[in-house]
Amino acid sequence: MLRSALWLGWGRGLLGLGLGTRRGVSTLEWDGKVSEIKKKIQSVIPGGAWNPLYDTSHLPPEHSDVVIVGGGVLGLSVAYWLKRLEKQRGAIKVLVVERDHTYSQASTVLSVGGIRQQFSLPENIQLSLFSVEFLRNINEYLAVVDDPPLDLQFNPSGYLFLASEKGAATMENNVKVQRQEGAKVCLMSPEQLRNKFPWINTEGVALASYGLENEGWFDPWSLLQGLRRKVQSMGVLFCQGEVTRFVSSSDRMETPSGEEVILKKIHEVHVKVDHSQEYQPVECAIVVNTAGAWSGQIAELAGIGKGPPGTLQGTKLPVEPRKRYVYLWHCPQGPGLEAPLLADPSGAYFRRDGLGNNYLGGCSPTAEEEPDPGNLEVDHDFFQDKVWPLLAQRVPAFETLKVKSAWAGYYDYNTFDQNGVVGPHPLVVNMYFATGFSGHGLQQAPAVGRAVAEMVLEGHFQTIDLSPFLFSRFYLGEKAQEHCII
Amino acid sequence: SLRLAAPVWNWGTGSIRGLSRAVDPEGIQRKGRTLFQFLADRFYDVAAVREYLLRKQVLKVHQKNRSFTYIKERYGPFQDKEWMRSSGRGLSFLEFWEFRAVPIEAVDASGCAINYQGLDHLLALKELQSLSLRCCPHVDDWCLSRLHQLADSLQELSLAGCPRISERGLACLHHLWNLRRLDISHLPAVSNPGLTQILVEEMLPNCEVLGAGWAQGLKLGLEEQSQDTASSPIPA
Repeated sequence: MLRSALWLGWGRGLLGLGLGTRRGVSTLEWDGKVSEIKKKIQSVIPGGAWNPLYDTSHLPPEHSDVVIVGGGVLGLSVAYWLKRLEKQRGAIKVLVVERDHTYSQASTVLSVGGIRQQFSLPENIQLSLFSVEFLRNINEYLAVVDDPPLDLQFNPSGYLFLASEKGAATMENNVKVQRQEGAKVCLMSPEQLRNKFPWINTEGVALASYGLENEGWFDPWSLLQGLRRKVQSMGVLFCQGEVTRFVSSSDRMETPSGEEVILKKIHEVHVKVDHSQEYQPVECAIVVNTAGAWSGQIAELAGIGKGPPGTLQGTKLPVEPRKRYVYLWHCPQGPGLEAPLLADPSGAYFRRDGLGNNYLGGCSPTAEEEPDPGNLEVDHDFFQDKVWPLLAQRVPAFETLKVKSAWAGYYDYNTFDQNGVVGPHPLVVNMYFATGFSGHGLQQAPAVGRAVAEMVLEGHFQTIDLSPFLFSRFYLGEKAQEHCII
Repeated sequence: SLRLAAPVWNWGTGSIRGLSRAVDPEGIQRKGRTLFQFLADRFYDVAAVREYLLRKQVLKVHQKNRSFTYIKERYGPFQDKEWMRSSGRGLSFLEFWEFRAVPIEAVDASGCAINYQGLDHLLALKELQSLSLRCCPHVDDWCLSRLHQLADSLQELSLAGCPRISERGLACLHHLWNLRRLDISHLPAVSNPGLTQILVEEMLPNCEVLGAGWAQGLKLGLEEQSQDTASSPIPA
């Protein structure tokens, strides 16, 4: 419609030019010409949008208030909440820098997609409860006018954790904490398990905890696309590139006890374009590190961890990539529609996938079996030797199964206490973290995004207090250990 | 589509004018501002108004569910088998007050705008034996996951015609071990109605499941088979 209107105008204009006589330049036209000339001069002066030498439209903008490194579910969640909680519409310019727009190695889309409230730390339970409320009302939060509603394909089938004699007492304590925070979890004895799920072999199981509501699994790709769509409609800029350098300035300050502290502030982020040497220095006020498995590298670029070990300057961000395998198999006599996501005390887990008796699952390797995170190649022998025996022992029907496919993904593994790092760095004052969730980042992303946005805009946590997850715990040695890790 | 950098819109003049000026500098200016240009200048304002209207619609549904008296309910005590109909839009508070001690055994909430929050009222009825949620537009998989609280008493459940229920929500009905009759016909969001019915029947062995029928997907095959036998008779 726009084009036809333009052509119409053009046609009429031509006719007009032919019929009308040239009466000289009228006042209206002269004013228009002056403003045009003014605009051209403005764009040529440095700082304007026009570059006479080459096209720069593929580069990110030169200024941005917030630069979010990493465009996975956590990065987009932070961008969403920043735009949602800003005091005035359009007040904050946000730029999301993502190296790979196909998300081929991103943890978000390779995830099994589960969400549960069965954690041992109250903060984790609250994060998960908030996120599940977000997912339930996703079409109110992420509605874009004229776009179809989002379908997350959520299966509310719950998580079933099994515990042996050793772990039964811990499980009971955990369930007490979970119930206190508002999660709907129930404890089951082996006999109740056999009645409800006759396909489980309850040998060695002393206790089980079953999530009745707000637990299950969903499609992470639709969540990612929904967030992208909404965040773009709110005015967040996306750019494809890799962060290669931070330009920062330092200030020497003294603590009340007289110690000297060097505070750094990042001024520029250099974003390098793929397959090219050109880069764009983006001037920014705040940098949010949501690079997932590569957050450790980004933190090193900012100078975090460069100092004598044992000091705050020498404390690195303990997040590294760990490779985990997921296998998809077909078992015609397997558990039916009621199967929850079962987590065995040995570490193996599986869930139903669709209606065709397909299941997906895996097992976390022990410290000695940890695979090399250099690539995402799948080790099929790992399934044969380690995962299948555990599954077949717990679910006898899985003795006959056929593996259909498999893939590998990264955990942004926090080697300190396997829980997320949220909040600003004490020395690099304008770098905020939202990473290191070690396998439960997807299910906590909406809540963590909100927490980081509140920290950036208000300076403190408002809805959920995540002070146990701040960076300073690595220096002080205060572990916020999570016991229920799959 | 991938946008590497969002196009820069000039809020005041609108870049459409700039574009048209490039094509025909004098023609459009002489015409003056048309309605189309007027609207194009205010694109972001119109978008904001539409978002606001969308949010208001959603809030209306929430409001309906918050207030108990707006739910069109028909309930009745089991002994008399008497149903109380709602007069007009809602029930008066006095009518409820009379029957507050009577345990509610059957609720027919067909067609009403009940959603996840509104179910709070129904789940408080611990003696509920029969629940009908036919053609409720806002009942979805999340709502079904809450029904486990009625597991001890619920015997009859009807979900026919609800547009948002899929097989993923039906999977959490296995908590309802007392269920004897379940109606899951005409669910447009279920991907494979025949297979889903078989799986639900396996999941709830004591329950009579009324659904699409297992032969729904097989009809075409049967017709072809009968044609084959007609065309090629077995030689004597």
